[in-house]
Amino acid sequence: MPALAALAAGLVGIAIVFAFFVAPEDADQGISQRIFYFHVPIALTAYACFALGALKGLLLLWRKEERYDLESYVAIHQGTIFGSLTLLTGSIWAKASWGHWWLWSENQLVLFLVLFLFYSAYFMLRFSIEEGPRRANISAVYALFGVVLIPVSFLAIRLAENIIHPTVFTRDGPQMTGIIFLTFCIAWLAISVLAYALYRLELLGKRLDSNLRELRELLT
Amino acid sequence: MSQGEYVAAAYGVVFVALLVYVAIIAAKLARLERETAALAELARNRRSGV
Repeated sequence: MPALAALAAGLVGIAIVFAFFVAPEDADQGISQRIFYFHVPIALTAYACFALGALKGLLLLWRKEERYDLESYVAIHQGTIFGSLTLLTGSIWAKASWGHWWLWSENQLVLFLVLFLFYSAYFMLRFSIEEGPRRANISAVYALFGVVLIPVSFLAIRLAENIIHPTVFTRDGPQMTGIIFLTFCIAWLAISVLAYALYRLELLGKRLDSNLRELRELLT
Repeated sequence: MSQGEYVAAAYGVVFVALLVYVAIIAAKLARLERETAALAELARNRRSGV
């Protein structure tokens, strides 16, 4: 765990150096384009966390192993953290580039918000049910339903016709030059490793909490 | 606000969120450490018959 945390911190540091000192300034957007190097990897990580939460939910329903419930919950929790960061950094970038904090006419933004609110409601559902197999099963089914929204949200920008949200990955590949693409890849790797480290850390804390609760019940 | 300030705000939001998350986890670990110590004390008392 400490090695993973150190790797995540090191990669985030390298990503910041590349984003600010190595990658050239964008001719069109200027310095505000540098938000892209963290905003897009954070958004992709949020999608990955929600998908992982759904996968763990599926494994719970399939294999009936209790551990998948906690893993699904932690992945969705991470997804909502990265999802809120996507909305915040995206909103700041939108204000800097378009002059608006939010545009309801943009399908990509609205669908990401729908996905985020769907998974935020997961916690309301989960904590309204008493702990046990019933809660685990209902949470897993809910997590699985949400996964349908991920491709819809991701593809919305490519399906919409009049958009101002930029499209970087098209059918012709990434629309970036070498060093910009390299910086993006480093930032994506850094955010992914950071998310995995936070996922492992939170899971560790939750498992420790659960074991201690069981031990307390046995001793008292 | 200038473009540079927006960039600083975006990166600042990520940094603060990470800091808050780590602080919450640290507080939780401190609570778990206290609980572990209390349970260890309870187990020791049981063994010595107190």
